[in-house]
Amino acid sequence: MTLRTIAGALAATTVLAGPVSAQTEIGMWYHGAGNRGEAETLDRIVSDFNASQSDWEVTVESFPQESYNDSVVAAALAGDLPCIIDVDGPVMPNWAWSGYMQPLPFGEERVSEFLPGTKGFWDGQLYSIGLWDAAVALYARQSDLDEWGLRVPTLAEPWTRDELMLALDAAKADGDYEYAFDPGMAWTGEWYPYAFSPLLQSFGGDIVDRETYASADGVLNGEAAVEFGTWWQSLFADGYAPGTSQDPADRDAGFNEGKYAFAWNGNWAAAATLDAVDDVVFLPAPDFGNGGVIGAASWQFGISATCENPEGAAAWIDYALQDEYLAAFAETTGLIPATPSAAAMTETYSEGGPLEVFFSLSEEQALVRPVTPGYVVAAKVFEKALADIANGADVQDTLDAAVDEIEADIEANQGYGHEG
Amino acid sequence: MASKLTTSNRVGWGFAIPGFGLIALFIILPFFFAFYLSLTDQRLVSPNPTRFVGFENYRELLEVRVITLAPERDDAGAVLRAEDGAIEYPRVRTVTRNPETPQYRGMREWFRWHSGEDAKVVIARDVVFLRALLNTFLFVIVVAPVQAGLALCLALLINQRLRGINAFRAIYFMPVVISIIVVSLLWRFIYDGNDGLLNEILGWLTFGTWEPIDWLGRTDTALPSIMAMSIWQAVGFHMVIWLSGLQTVSPTLYEAAEIEGASKWQTFRYITWPGLRNTAILVLIVITMQAFAVFAQIDVMTNGGPLDATQTLVFQTVERGYGKQDISGGSTISVILFLIVLTISLIQSWLTRERP
Amino acid sequence: MVSSDNRGLRLGVRYLVLCLVALVFLFPLVFMLVSSLKPDQQLLADTGSLRAFLPVGDISLDNYRDAFARAPIGRFVFNSILVTVVTVTLSLALCSLAAFSFVFLEWWGRAALLAVIVSTLIIPFETIAIPLLLIVSKLPWIGLEGFEIGWLNTYRVQIVPWIADALTIFLFVQFFKDLPRELVEAARVEGATWWQVYWRIVIPLSGPVIATGAILKTLKMYNEQYLWPLITVQSEAYRPVMVGLGYFFQLNIAWGEVMAYLSLITVPVLIFYLILQRAFIASIASTGVKG
Repeated sequence: MTLRTIAGALAATTVLAGPVSAQTEIGMWYHGAGNRGEAETLDRIVSDFNASQSDWEVTVESFPQESYNDSVVAAALAGDLPCIIDVDGPVMPNWAWSGYMQPLPFGEERVSEFLPGTKGFWDGQLYSIGLWDAAVALYARQSDLDEWGLRVPTLAEPWTRDELMLALDAAKADGDYEYAFDPGMAWTGEWYPYAFSPLLQSFGGDIVDRETYASADGVLNGEAAVEFGTWWQSLFADGYAPGTSQDPADRDAGFNEGKYAFAWNGNWAAAATLDAVDDVVFLPAPDFGNGGVIGAASWQFGISATCENPEGAAAWIDYALQDEYLAAFAETTGLIPATPSAAAMTETYSEGGPLEVFFSLSEEQALVRPVTPGYVVAAKVFEKALADIANGADVQDTLDAAVDEIEADIEANQGYGHEG
Repeated sequence: MASKLTTSNRVGWGFAIPGFGLIALFIILPFFFAFYLSLTDQRLVSPNPTRFVGFENYRELLEVRVITLAPERDDAGAVLRAEDGAIEYPRVRTVTRNPETPQYRGMREWFRWHSGEDAKVVIARDVVFLRALLNTFLFVIVVAPVQAGLALCLALLINQRLRGINAFRAIYFMPVVISIIVVSLLWRFIYDGNDGLLNEILGWLTFGTWEPIDWLGRTDTALPSIMAMSIWQAVGFHMVIWLSGLQTVSPTLYEAAEIEGASKWQTFRYITWPGLRNTAILVLIVITMQAFAVFAQIDVMTNGGPLDATQTLVFQTVERGYGKQDISGGSTISVILFLIVLTISLIQSWLTRERP
Repeated sequence: MVSSDNRGLRLGVRYLVLCLVALVFLFPLVFMLVSSLKPDQQLLADTGSLRAFLPVGDISLDNYRDAFARAPIGRFVFNSILVTVVTVTLSLALCSLAAFSFVFLEWWGRAALLAVIVSTLIIPFETIAIPLLLIVSKLPWIGLEGFEIGWLNTYRVQIVPWIADALTIFLFVQFFKDLPRELVEAARVEGATWWQVYWRIVIPLSGPVIATGAILKTLKMYNEQYLWPLITVQSEAYRPVMVGLGYFFQLNIAWGEVMAYLSLITVPVLIFYLILQRAFIASIASTGVKG
């Protein structure tokens, strides 16, 4: 009895799922399940596109972001990828190299106006393109800066390392805050390389050697990197910042609740902070010697290698790149629109808008993470090294070990397709 | 015992084969596949062809060597000492990155001791794995007996005939009903180093003299904190198993004991416990296996840190296989884990074998 | 008089102990339920104090409304219940049958087979997930719609691989060992078939172990199905509750909604456990089988 009912339900569901359309179906996977604003905007683009022509019909399947990459890798292994996939910028080279993706068929001039961080290049070809970018800034309160007599840094003249430490010392001495600075250690995973490797780059180091992508020696464990590591360790050892055991709720709400004087956070969190903290200011990344740097590249769209109708997939991506849609995404998600003309169409990113500063940050300070298939592993190694250093591990030993591990991985992957 | 009445190859296999067949297809076959992967250099994501590498992955995990470091000396041959008098040694990296000793390349210091003026340094190819191995054993040794014992106490406690006992049975089971992922998130709040609930309560109990401890942020408290939470979370699971064992002990035996005037302890010792023998074996084996597989708590609460204090084998399997796309390395760890636990369960079953 | 006072006191102590222990176990549920009624900001501010366990401040059902708007919760719960009920039912049937054979029958290879099964207990699922994925993506299936290859994106891929498991078999084996063998042998002498022995004699005596097995398996199927559906099920229509949890972990987590969602998905398991508890007790009262 139960079994028969279930079998019936199974059959019914399968029958209903069948397509009834003259248009050729183009599948698309997206990482934003559970994000209402994003879903509505994406659905709007898709239905506009489907109505605008009669060849293709795009259908969307959304996945929760935290597990999206696992779902894609599994589907690729099982030979089950849809035509259009979205991909996190730094991960794209890994998927392109392993043959999951094919280059976009339209020329670079189509996206010449786009922010550099939205363009995904691998092997000299454009594989993915983003409708938006994300940026990180130093959250602070204007009232604090005034009270402590601190200069307001600008993009042209960001804080130096000394100025930053002066600010953190002032915040620490003030006594109103639990910690002077919240780097966001509770956000394990991609946040570490995304948010912290730019600081290392500003010191003059990097995760791998971008000249050859064959080694990390001297780059991740050189003099500049050790100086960075020593500074990084002091943030925790000297009580400026909460360590890896920070609870996730404090990360989400600590700055807004007045537990932290400064926070290193992304533009996606800006809307909630604007509501909670009247005089919040978003400061550019400090300059540790090699210019202020923040991470670039967010989610982007690309075409899977197994796609049978790449021209249909490309048609949708091309359609989605219209300023109108870039602006719509920025309005609903708080992310940075990919073009200046789209930014001008939004309330938040247009001139004088509350988030305008993020567009400039993305334009001026952003640097993409190392463009290599090996990034996925190097990022994990980097994350662990930074957590260990924060917890008091020897800086030089830890960075040396990280270099060894990254190089062993590059070797195990026969150079990840970079020309030796 | 073996009589015609109970011997039947056909029926025996026939009854066992549906269950066993599914296990063979969906657990044993994939595991053999994983074993095969451990002998190759297969990556999760890669266009490179797979190569057979023999036991190289095992060597990568298990190789340990001892090297001797002679002290640094000045030109006159005198031993150099740091300000605090400690002898200065060359860095281990001068050996592991030395072209003359390629066999040590990629190895790292695990620990060292001193012998005379020299330092003996144990270097390992994979220090993190060895930490994970030790931590996992520590976890099992503490959690298995404590959890089994507490679960039995709870089962005895709620096996009473009292009004409203069903409500307590439900309550004690509560932590098990909620997913471990959620429970782990919740305990991160409780263990918070500044204003976590645990520190607040301890402060309240000691009239404010308690110094808050960053439970998950210290290398000496992180693993014990996770152990405590794990015991708390899963104890209800084993309580249920104990309870079902308790239910099979005949009430007439208890009645007899009561008539004889046996004390509570005597009743437990001579009636209850002998009746729980098979349940005890079950609980012990299941707890041991579950403790060896500890993963979700680590993933949510500490990510293996601080300083590898909470690395475990299954966490490393996942970290490698999926996080670092090294599916062959991850598979190797799971094969090693399997062999370890198989050995232990063979010993366990030998120790608890039915003696004639 | 003295003895009745004494009894009252002892009863009081018993309840006191039970209640104290209950407090220790109750607090996550209370925290979850209470938090699900609070707006995020207050929820987070309260976590450091006993206010976390009290429904005070700005209390409302808004989180539930928002949670339903964010994810098709009804669909997820339905999927999980369907998968769980089918799997647990089949699991109890096949595993008890296998265990029966291991305990009461003598056959060639019996001990070795049981040892192999028990040793599979330790294989962590994470390590066989990828090989298993490759297997199920190539498996054939004959269903109502005819013959097809590949199990991805279905209910069956969430059910069939999970039916037989070592823990359930082992649980039944250990329980059956405690049953009096004379019952079985007597029935055989009287000419009962093995199937009749299993179905008419052993199963009716197995109430407690069936209830226990059902509870444990249900928890596994309902609470722990995460990685597997993640890699084998792409369509939202087939997703279970634990994958649905991901909908709530955006970059800035909506904690209130998370708690509301968890409260909602916990209810079915809790009800199921309470019902089984009753059946459990009833079956014990009627058996009392041990010699």
